[in-house]
Amino acid sequence: MDLSVVILVEFLYAIASLILISAGLAVIFGMMKVINLAHGEFMMMGGYATITAVNAGVNIFFAMLVIAPITIGLIGLIIERLIIRRLYGRLIDTMLATWGLSLFFIGLAKMIFGNTTTGVSTPIPGLSIGDYQINGYNFFIIIIGFIVLALMLFVLKGTRAGLIARGTMQIPEMAAALGCSPDRVYLVTFFCGAALSGLAGAILAPLVGLTPSSGATYIAEAFITVIAGGPALIIGLLSSASFFGTINQLFTFAISPIVGEVMLLVSAVILLRLLPQGITSKFFKGKF
Amino acid sequence: MSFNRRTFLTGTACLAGASVLPRAAIAADSIKLGSILDTSGIFDAYGKPMDMAMRLAINEINAAGGLLGKQVDVVAYDTQSDMALYTQYAQQLTRQDDVDVVHGGILSASREAIRQTMRKTNTLYFYNVQYEGGVCDRNIFITGVTPAQQVEVLVPYALKNSGKKVYILAADYNYGQITARWIQKFVGDNGGETVSVDFFPLDVSDFGSTIAKIQTVGPDLVFAPLVGGNHLSFFRQWAAAGMNKRIPLASTTMGAGNDHKVLTPDEGDGIMVAYNYSQELDTPANNSFKEKWATAYGDSNLIHELAVSTYQGVMAWAEAVRQAGTIDRDDLIVTLEKGLSIDGPAGKVTIDPQTHHAVLDVHIMEIENQGMRVIETLPQRQPIDTQEVCDLQANPDDNTQYEIEI
Amino acid sequence: MIDSLWRDSVGAVLGIALLIWVAPLFISPYTLTILIIYGMLALSLGMIWGFGGILCFGQAAFFGLGAYAYVIAAINIGESTLPMLIAVLVPAIFASLLGAMMFYGRLNDVYLAVITLVVTLILFKFMNSTAGPEYIIGKARLGGFNGIPGFPTLNMPGNPNAYIWGDTYFYFCAVTLGVVFLITTLILQSSFGRIAVGIRENETRMSLLGYDIRARKTVLFTIGAAIAGLAGALFANWAEIVTPNLFSLSQSAEIIIWCIVGGLGTRLGPILGAAGLSLLKFLLGQQTLIDNLLITGLILVLFVLILPKGIVPTLNDLWSLTIGQRIIRHRRRPRRRTRRKPPRD
Repeated sequence: MDLSVVILVEFLYAIASLILISAGLAVIFGMMKVINLAHGEFMMMGGYATITAVNAGVNIFFAMLVIAPITIGLIGLIIERLIIRRLYGRLIDTMLATWGLSLFFIGLAKMIFGNTTTGVSTPIPGLSIGDYQINGYNFFIIIIGFIVLALMLFVLKGTRAGLIARGTMQIPEMAAALGCSPDRVYLVTFFCGAALSGLAGAILAPLVGLTPSSGATYIAEAFITVIAGGPALIIGLLSSASFFGTINQLFTFAISPIVGEVMLLVSAVILLRLLPQGITSKFFKGKF
Repeated sequence: MSFNRRTFLTGTACLAGASVLPRAAIAADSIKLGSILDTSGIFDAYGKPMDMAMRLAINEINAAGGLLGKQVDVVAYDTQSDMALYTQYAQQLTRQDDVDVVHGGILSASREAIRQTMRKTNTLYFYNVQYEGGVCDRNIFITGVTPAQQVEVLVPYALKNSGKKVYILAADYNYGQITARWIQKFVGDNGGETVSVDFFPLDVSDFGSTIAKIQTVGPDLVFAPLVGGNHLSFFRQWAAAGMNKRIPLASTTMGAGNDHKVLTPDEGDGIMVAYNYSQELDTPANNSFKEKWATAYGDSNLIHELAVSTYQGVMAWAEAVRQAGTIDRDDLIVTLEKGLSIDGPAGKVTIDPQTHHAVLDVHIMEIENQGMRVIETLPQRQPIDTQEVCDLQANPDDNTQYEIEI
Repeated sequence: MIDSLWRDSVGAVLGIALLIWVAPLFISPYTLTILIIYGMLALSLGMIWGFGGILCFGQAAFFGLGAYAYVIAAINIGESTLPMLIAVLVPAIFASLLGAMMFYGRLNDVYLAVITLVVTLILFKFMNSTAGPEYIIGKARLGGFNGIPGFPTLNMPGNPNAYIWGDTYFYFCAVTLGVVFLITTLILQSSFGRIAVGIRENETRMSLLGYDIRARKTVLFTIGAAIAGLAGALFANWAEIVTPNLFSLSQSAEIIIWCIVGGLGTRLGPILGAAGLSLLKFLLGQQTLIDNLLITGLILVLFVLILPKGIVPTLNDLWSLTIGQRIIRHRRRPRRRTRRKPPRD
């Protein structure tokens, strides 16, 4: 009984962390069609922002939930103005430019923070479930993961800003004709995407040893999750994260973490072969 | 003295056709020591202090008048944590720079990438890193500790402080695989029982499910020879789950690259390790070494196991040159094989003639407040793992890395 | 067509001759060898992406497979002639299966890129977890993260003791690159190659014209993989060690960047891009003032913003805008091709 609760928590944790890892990319790539290869580095910088703030004496939750997203959002803002703005609609070029950015940020982080592993410890103590000890921080990640999802759903579906953003992504000319500046909308959306990536990096930072090249760990999983999700952003994210999270944990518990990871990748290949446009091209059509 | 970018650039430009054109034989007025280390890239946390230690040793040798009346010049290349660059720079060191000895290599893969080049070109090679053991090659000398040297002393101590049921989590590569086997052997020899062995590739950083799995088995001790930044997450997540208060940990790798300083005291305290060196080693030799390091580089925080091995490796080579009175490779090997020994910061280092590995003092330690508190010192431990398979006195032509059957 | 093929052959021979006699005066042959090998790898992607429109994010998979296939075969056989052949065949067969799966499933664009990327990652993760003694093929241990060192390197066919190494190996690689370049030219100028370009431009139209685009794409993909495999085998011989890093994400991305920087839709562009960027990487690695990733990153970003077409097409444009224009004014249309001559594409 205790064990099944522990396993359930691990499953939810895997799903929630996939949602967190992919949320920023879902906005930048899923909505804006910018192949952001610097996504992992946004997360890495989110981690460093948190650690720097914590070392400066800031409360860790404030650092993770406020400072990191805003810092990375602002960095995203600058990048959008300087580079990405010129590349909308040029899919391959965005890829090259963001790959360049990714290298640039790794190099920068190395020069500033050094190439050693750093980190902060988790702010939530472990807790017991029956005979088992479990990482209390897992619950935090699960909660934040689903809050992020709900928030995205609310903003995109429930607010005027979300409506404008969705409309602009579909036909920018039409949005412009209706009096919205696509330029501004793109800018704000990119800010949000970068901030979400920064948030994810910040929240995962206490669990891992952070190095300047940490970002590479996340990038593949994030792309697979977003692409397998398909056209409907939120439902797609949720369904593909659940699918991959479950597969991963299933094989992790049954065999080993590496088999879990490989099976995640294998299932992604099979899934994309069967549903080349993603899960939501077939199921939950037209929903968010 | 030091070899910088400009000299390299002009060097490559001038020597561009060197391998096509016959090289003018110039009478060497200095001794050249080649160094090949990752001082940038993901392994630079290991490589940088090793490079500093090598330069510290050479400066010391030169300040005392050099070797055989000549100064020692360093020709150093940064391999940027890229295995492909190792072969390239090894070629450059041996064929173009024509160095007299090469010190370097960090990962086992990098050592294997350059070992044959050194052998083919008759360039004496020192590998100064803790590694999985088993290399048997007359041309190489190895001054780092091998698993058996650590595990042999660490296992009995750890078992005594916990219980009989041991769970092993090891890095999934050569080092981890072999170390795990040695741990299993010594656990058995000391009356314990290995309940499970799990391997983790170096890019795994999520250990949540593993921690749950360990609890279902309920061992008395977890042995964790995990390697690198990603695996550091294990120790963090272990503490986050509150497990560090429940089941003791032992490791053969935690702290070798000063990674214990990344963990908070709460996360790291109590992990049992065994090494040749600790900054907290309170001996006159170590204190003066730390002082020298601090004078040269500001503070002595960066010193770690591999840096000290490098320092001791360079010093052992220098001592051999002094005793042999020449830099000829064959004479040096003969001299080193006489069981040459030096006193380094970590204690006495003796070259084992049979394996060309080092006989070292091993210290059992516990991590405490981001340092390694020395609990017990076991003097002059033999590299028994490599000795089991390698006898260079009997087979001087041997050229293999044995995987030791246990 | 015959005319331009002739012109390309002469160009290739001249280029290789320059490479062999002039380039070693500036760069050591040992470094040049790796530049050539990377050039060949970039050419393999430049062909399927630039001319076939297939954006493969996993060209490194074929590179790595070629290297591993060579090494495993060489250890088991003990000489290098047959292993070289195997190193070309294994990636080709793998690519034909993977290609068939993707193209007959009508996967395209970014989905195709992701599948190839994921397959590469699977290989990477698999190779990384083969350190245990149970992973052994014949006499060859796969070795996991540490890779496989110490295997027989290239020898004269039929004489396992006559190793080809050092300067000779450099000449061998240079000539091989020339041959591969010519083969690529032949393929691209054949009707097969022209139809491939047609598919790149408009897949539906070519399909309606009655061409089996699925089969054609699979074949092109396979040829690209064979060339990448050959480059992998040459790399293994150069480095004398193979490690799973050959399959890594950064290796894959690097190949793509070489192609973009050099210029897509040309044959020379990817080769020059690969050689130039790799050389830059080596040189930047020699200084410690500024992190070399930072500089590489900046260069890439600037490239996209300023020279999005890549070096070779931009040079072509410059050429035709300045000197080429004058030639055209002097000559009449039939000689039009000559204006593209100096950068041979």
